[in-house]
Amino acid sequence: MSDLQQFIFGRLTWQDFIHEPIMAGAGIGMIVALIALIGLVTYLKKWKWLWKNWLTTLDPKKIGVMYLIVSVIMLLRGGADALLVRAQQVVNNSNGVELLNSDHFQQIFTAHGSIMIFFVAMGLIFALFNMIVPQQIGARDVAYPFLNSVSFWLFAAGMILINAPMIVGEFSTAGWLAYPPLSGLEYSPGVGVDYWIWSLQIAGIGSLLSGVNFFMTIIKMRAPGMKMMMMPIFTWSVFVTVLLIMTVFPILTVSLGLLSLDRLMDMHFFTTDAGGNPMLYINLIWAWGHPEVYILVLPAFGVFSEVVSTFSSKKIFGYTSMVFALIAIAFFSFVVWLHHFFTMGAGANVNTFFGITTMIIAIPTGVKVFNWIFTMYRGRVRFTTPMLWFMGFVVTFTIGGLTGVMLSVPPADFQFHNSLFLVAHFHNMIIGGVVFGVFSAITYWFPKFTGFKLHEGLGKAAFWCWLIGFILAFGPLYILGFMGAVRRLDHYDPSLGWEGLFIVAAVGVVTIGLGVAFQLLQVTVSIINRKKYKVGPDPWGARTLEWATATPPAEYVFATTPQVKSRDEFWAMKQEGRSFSKKYEDVWLPKNSSVGLLIGLLATGFGLAVVWHMWWAVLLTFVAIVVILVIRLTNDDTEMKLSAEEIARHEAALQRRAA
Amino acid sequence: MGKHKQHSRVGKRLVQVLVSCFVALAIIAAFIYVTYGREIPVLQPAGTIAQQEYILILITVGLGVFVVVPVFILLFWVAVRYRDGNKKAKYDPEFASHHGLEALWWGIPCAIILFLAIITAIATHRLDPYKPLESDVEPVKVQVVALEWKWLFIYPDEGVATVNYMTIPEKTPINLTITADAPMNSLWIPALTGQIYAMTGMSTKLHFMADGVGVYNGATANISGEGYADMTFKVNSVSSGDFDAWVEKSKLSTSLLNTTTYRELAQPAKSDQKTYVLMDTLLYDKIIDKYMMPEQVKQRAREKSATETGASE
Repeated sequence: MSDLQQFIFGRLTWQDFIHEPIMAGAGIGMIVALIALIGLVTYLKKWKWLWKNWLTTLDPKKIGVMYLIVSVIMLLRGGADALLVRAQQVVNNSNGVELLNSDHFQQIFTAHGSIMIFFVAMGLIFALFNMIVPQQIGARDVAYPFLNSVSFWLFAAGMILINAPMIVGEFSTAGWLAYPPLSGLEYSPGVGVDYWIWSLQIAGIGSLLSGVNFFMTIIKMRAPGMKMMMMPIFTWSVFVTVLLIMTVFPILTVSLGLLSLDRLMDMHFFTTDAGGNPMLYINLIWAWGHPEVYILVLPAFGVFSEVVSTFSSKKIFGYTSMVFALIAIAFFSFVVWLHHFFTMGAGANVNTFFGITTMIIAIPTGVKVFNWIFTMYRGRVRFTTPMLWFMGFVVTFTIGGLTGVMLSVPPADFQFHNSLFLVAHFHNMIIGGVVFGVFSAITYWFPKFTGFKLHEGLGKAAFWCWLIGFILAFGPLYILGFMGAVRRLDHYDPSLGWEGLFIVAAVGVVTIGLGVAFQLLQVTVSIINRKKYKVGPDPWGARTLEWATATPPAEYVFATTPQVKSRDEFWAMKQEGRSFSKKYEDVWLPKNSSVGLLIGLLATGFGLAVVWHMWWAVLLTFVAIVVILVIRLTNDDTEMKLSAEEIARHEAALQRRAA
Repeated sequence: MGKHKQHSRVGKRLVQVLVSCFVALAIIAAFIYVTYGREIPVLQPAGTIAQQEYILILITVGLGVFVVVPVFILLFWVAVRYRDGNKKAKYDPEFASHHGLEALWWGIPCAIILFLAIITAIATHRLDPYKPLESDVEPVKVQVVALEWKWLFIYPDEGVATVNYMTIPEKTPINLTITADAPMNSLWIPALTGQIYAMTGMSTKLHFMADGVGVYNGATANISGEGYADMTFKVNSVSSGDFDAWVEKSKLSTSLLNTTTYRELAQPAKSDQKTYVLMDTLLYDKIIDKYMMPEQVKQRAREKSATETGASE
């Protein structure tokens, strides 16, 4: 390779585009889908619409939808990875059939974990933040609309980077948290770990900025009269979550930063020689990683609080307890990280401390479960799909809680750590908690944004597939853990007799896949029959402010600023026959901006350039991002006025349409 | 008409119940079918440490079930009782606070966790992997090195070493010191003891004892590169007489383990079971020293180049 070529392309060569059949197929499929999408948009002449309404929007409702779409696509990708992992374990290289070689298998489970956490679960909760929080607190927008768009596009940039290895290069084989020294230069010299680092680094910065944004939104933009202890529980859960995000995401940034210095500049923070220490990384990454689990699950708790209260037609039970339980969980989530490595050889006192703090989290979590059940008590509980997800959540999450307490006792953990028992446990929490929570939320708030409900029958079919699939997919993993099966095995001795359990687990994954198919069908059928499923602005008899506006909400959401008088403000409005004031005033909304998209593209370029060591491009993209930001920040003409008359006209039109 | 409708609703409910029962039974049957007759080492411990860990697991499960079952009963009772259709049930939309009840479900879990915390504190100290076992029998020392992708077991007192298998005398405390010359690994022998990490430049400890004669599986539990899945080993627990015989036989092995042959062994590759005569009793310490502080590294490099220019090892 000539010096010039190396200067321009770094370590990129034609060889890096060549992949094994399965990966090449996925890569080509991805490119074909992308071309088809571009073709479709061109054919329908929708570019302008796409640009104006979506790509450059600063409207949190639309940014939320974009988060949702990206996350769902990533859910399909991560799900395909899961299927491949189980398929390989069923095939188990018997009779010389090797579906995936070790290297490819390890890339796949690493991608599965990283994608599911960073680009599915995180994306889904940010979708909910954007779509629900401002409306629930009676605000028109988030505190920093432009920053919000930057956050989303950094998330999208990370998403592109984590999928890029399917086309060029390879992905990390070091697991979703990339422990050194395996992830260091010595054992992983290729581009895989760099892809992992920069994908997460860029998306992580987006998450941090989102955290700041929603913190300020909730602190500063609540409607007049809404005190902190009057906020809906979902908003409370988001508030506690963003506190966690702001506190721990910088730790992730630093850990990834130091790891990348090890890799790029041959420093020795986490190597085992020259004074480095990998245990430092493991502590740092879990000091972020454990609160991260709660960052994902607390918003789901918030969702269930809204859903249970609405569908029981009853106030949430023990509001104050609920709030303090959230705060207690958040507090304790900072002091449990060591339970992820009881097996690292810490002394008995240290292990005892972290074991006990871990168990303590079960207390506020248990309180929340009882409060939910007592919200249903003396209610009129309607078992619609969102409520089914809640019931499924309590069952799976409680079992996950039980296995969690089992894991929290250090000597017992010595027998569970890194086994499939552990894998079953955290899927129990993340699928049963986060994923079910988000599905409940989507079904619940869908009519708010579209004006029609989702098909109930298909929703219920999807629920049952997910629940049964979940039991089939993860029940065997608990048993396999007891049998001594460790995680991340691409093959095992057939004489151990694990095959049957892996087959059941694979059947479970397929059943979950069927559930996903039902959900996609549900959305399609509902969109086609949207006239039939049309509903008014309050289809569920809801209680909180976001349901008090038109359906779908106008761009300005609230025609006049609400004056909040009680906790379940919309319910109180209905009870007391109050409605919003009709004294319209001028409203200022943010103008569209393409800067967020541009920064996202440049960040993608920056990530690719670092991964491939194209230093000129690293410098160029970085400077470009700074310059563009400076230009944007010196521009004062970023808002547009919506006059009182326009709002009055629009509101009148909405009234006519409703009548 | 109304009656007919009611009949069909009852019929529908019956079908639902039957289908649910069938699915549940099918799942249970499938689970039993694929589990029956298999070895479940964590639940069938063969050593004193694994046995105590197993009892601890049973205690936590018991406590957990004590909480989980009432929650499930309460959940389903409330769900059925207060379903929308049931007009007999009381509807009280303002019932949203009851200090007595809330004190109950803050209090009871606190009490259970306090109890579990005490058990945890005692068990964690008792089952501290660094704590030697109490026994009248002289313990056997084994130094373990996780390599890419095999396990090296060094018996410094016996003067032998093995790869991917460990022979131990039954009813004898085994004192492991563990390090790695590879990415981080975790040593796990589920039937005998829980795991501990193997890391470069450090020595972790693990103590266990087998109750009887048998062959047990061991593995690494931490992803350590391409050959990770093949990093399994066997633990042969034999009578003390057989152990002595094994040592004597092993000492006749033609393979010698010194720094040179170690360097070959440490190359990234899977390995079969091997038996060596240990030629360098300080080998384990040298493997750890390799990763020590820069000054020492430099000094060692100087020494090494001096010996290499002098005479070959």
